[in-house]
Amino acid sequence: MSASTNSDGLPRWATLALLPAINLGAALVVSSLVILAIGQDPVSALAFMVKGAVGSGTGLSYTLYYATSLIFTGLAVAIANHAGLFNIGGEGQAYVGGLGTGLVCLALSGWPWYAVLPVSVLAGALFGAVWGLVPGYLQAYRGSHIVITTIMFNFLASALMVYLLGGPLIEHGQMAPESREFAESTFLPAVKEIAAALGYRTPTLPLNLSLILALLCAGGVWFLIWHTRWGFQMRTVGANEAAARYAGMNARTTIVVAMAISGALAGLVGINELQGVQHRITLNFQAGMGFTGIAVALMGRGHPVGIVLSSLLFGALYQGGAELSFEYNEISPRLVVVIQGVVILFSGALEHMFRPALLRLLKPKAPAAAGQRA
Amino acid sequence: MSQTVPPSTSPPQQPGPWAVELVGIDKRFGPVHANKAVSLRIRAGSIHGLVGENGAGKSTLMSILYGFYQADEGQILVNGAEARIREPKDAITLGIGMVHQHFMLVEEFTVLENLMLGAEGGALLKDGIRKARAEVERLEKTYRLDVPLDAKVADLNVGVQQRVEILKALYRGAQVLILDEPTAVLSPPEVQDLFRILDALRAQGRTILMITHKLKEIMAITDAVSVLRQGAVVASFDTRDTSEAALAEAMVGRRANPVVRRPGTPAGAPLLTVEDLSVVDERGVERLKGATFRVRAGEIVGVAGVAGNGQSELLEALSGMTPFQRGRFHINGRDVTPEAPMDPAQARRQGIAHVPEDRLRRAVVKPFPAFQNALLGYQDDPAMADGPRLNWKRVAAATARLMEDWDVRPRQPSLRTSLFSGGNQQKLVLGREMERDPNVLLVGQPTRGVDIGAIEFIHRRLLAMRDAGKAILLVSAELEEIMALSDRILVMCDGAITGELAADDANEGLIGRLMAGITDDMETETGPRADAAGGAA
Repeated sequence: MSASTNSDGLPRWATLALLPAINLGAALVVSSLVILAIGQDPVSALAFMVKGAVGSGTGLSYTLYYATSLIFTGLAVAIANHAGLFNIGGEGQAYVGGLGTGLVCLALSGWPWYAVLPVSVLAGALFGAVWGLVPGYLQAYRGSHIVITTIMFNFLASALMVYLLGGPLIEHGQMAPESREFAESTFLPAVKEIAAALGYRTPTLPLNLSLILALLCAGGVWFLIWHTRWGFQMRTVGANEAAARYAGMNARTTIVVAMAISGALAGLVGINELQGVQHRITLNFQAGMGFTGIAVALMGRGHPVGIVLSSLLFGALYQGGAELSFEYNEISPRLVVVIQGVVILFSGALEHMFRPALLRLLKPKAPAAAGQRA
Repeated sequence: MSQTVPPSTSPPQQPGPWAVELVGIDKRFGPVHANKAVSLRIRAGSIHGLVGENGAGKSTLMSILYGFYQADEGQILVNGAEARIREPKDAITLGIGMVHQHFMLVEEFTVLENLMLGAEGGALLKDGIRKARAEVERLEKTYRLDVPLDAKVADLNVGVQQRVEILKALYRGAQVLILDEPTAVLSPPEVQDLFRILDALRAQGRTILMITHKLKEIMAITDAVSVLRQGAVVASFDTRDTSEAALAEAMVGRRANPVVRRPGTPAGAPLLTVEDLSVVDERGVERLKGATFRVRAGEIVGVAGVAGNGQSELLEALSGMTPFQRGRFHINGRDVTPEAPMDPAQARRQGIAHVPEDRLRRAVVKPFPAFQNALLGYQDDPAMADGPRLNWKRVAAATARLMEDWDVRPRQPSLRTSLFSGGNQQKLVLGREMERDPNVLLVGQPTRGVDIGAIEFIHRRLLAMRDAGKAILLVSAELEEIMALSDRILVMCDGAITGELAADDANEGLIGRLMAGITDDMETETGPRADAAGGAA
């Protein structure tokens, strides 16, 4: 039913699968050259990286744990993008959202996790939403560019958290700028607890129930963007603001609401990181997830399925990279960042670099395929 | 194409050194034949006007002269010598300068800095600035161009910014100056200032080529004028030998087979009443000046006029797209005033459908599949949703029916909208707006860029809607279309309605004169305007 080619004639499967695979391959080739340059064997290093990421239950669990946060921030970037907004503020929204989640967990000591979770999710979403909504409002009603304001809000979030964790929220009698630990009853069940309930024994692993929440959010975003009136409105505003006005849509409200939802999604990172793993509010717990979410959304082409898949890839890069720098003394954690950067470069910024070449290669087949359909 | 070309005089007869000669310029953009063997001679030291409707090929021709495009065929001679103009730099070297309709200035720079762009005179600015200032001050004095050299361009009003553009061209040694619709953005006093400057330039021997829609200006300032229609020069005159009426007729032209209008049923009660409607744009220029008229049930009222004379603003104000500053209109039982405006969503609920002039920019979102565009504007229709969920299946099914009914090809609701041809996109939009049975239809350029078969189809549909007792306000640049469809015709010039004619009283000559803003002989031909307005009842 749907058209199977893009406007330039490249088959859909090539756009969705082949092109990302080629981009990833190119990134690995360049990464190999870098590893080669520091005198290591790229094949064994990369193989070790892959094994570290998915080769064991422990590795896989870490990969999925990283992917969980990236799904939240990737969805956040994507939904803003559909409304024509480049939300660079996922980092700050995640940070402040985590504050909301953390405050709830601190306040509801003694409540069971399943009673806390709805409140902490709501609080995380709400805090994140406010942090996204203000730049959205400034963009819609004051014309302040969203890229600038969201960056500024990242700094504001940072300053706010440093103040709170260094003062009002610091654990009494401690030096480290972090809150006291949440009550154990509020901890989200992780792999170990879930496995124990099913009669298995596992080590303590970070992967927790928030992965389910992230997948639910992905489904929700998919429904919202493509199957609701509001999503239609948002996509119209993002694609053609003049047409949106013609259609009687309020672009300003749409922009503000889109940014609020975007911020809310990013704000859920704290569920995974704080209620799920760290069990206290810590400094910089979001650790760049907001920024990596931009690459995730780009690579996932703004579609929730793509975002889940690219979150897995980036989760694997985080985990594999960490293993790699443990194993190889010569490969510092910084090099791992380089590898991640190269992947982002090829699959995000240079996304369409191989498109013309691929088009030349595949073009002769395209008319024949069209002829068959006719 | 069989056409009766209006009596055209040969180019001005007196011998004289030609500043620019265009010989047999031919240019195609794919299927569009923008310039058809155009030959034109511009006498040195004269002001030469170039008139024609939108899409007549004026801008293409000037872009070829300035090096933005290359002609497919033909020659350009500058001062009698053949010139090869491959890019604007070549034109500038040959002493040709251009002032664009949309100024090409860096708003954050001062006037002097803008003048020096591309002619900085070395890596260090200091010497360049001193030299430039001296030269520019000399030019300013010679041509009485009053421009504050150290002011930031953003702080200047439009008239002064235009002078900066002219100064910029002169500073680069332009002997021939091309002005693309220079008065479009100016207020009347600014127009007077501009003409004074053009006079001074002519007196100093510079040559000016001026594109315009406005025939009054041609008569006021030019020495000679050429008329383009559908890519060809159809007439050239010495200005003193011609008149606005003759120019208007040459511009609009006549076709051999005019479509005969089907008489409508007697018109019923007014569905749209407009009183003294005025629109002022953000620059403070009054774009629509006190429009007053009515559209009754069962009639098509056509709005004729050269593009850019207030028709777009009229449609936009009535559909709720732009605010208006004065007057009121009454539509389907609702009174709309500047204090109580109506937005496009409310307008639709009020039973007003709007097919905008600029279909590609406004009426569709090109990357969306067709069925999503078939919902655009009607996304609140409860029949197309189950609660919060849009039922795309139902929308696609409705779109399939719409495509069948309106002969949209190919009949693929899920095909991306940009892959449909212009005519089929237009049918989709018209179908969307007309299928919902509105009481009032506002439609702009319904057949622009549409092939002949589709034009007839669309015309039949519009007439059928009229016969069903609806009110239609039709804006079109095609006079033929206006005359074929309208029961009454409003003619607009410079934002004002210059005449209102019953269809039976209308002829192209008369409309052409009204389009040019000549109203003094109206009384004798059709009676006072108020009469004509009431005459259709």
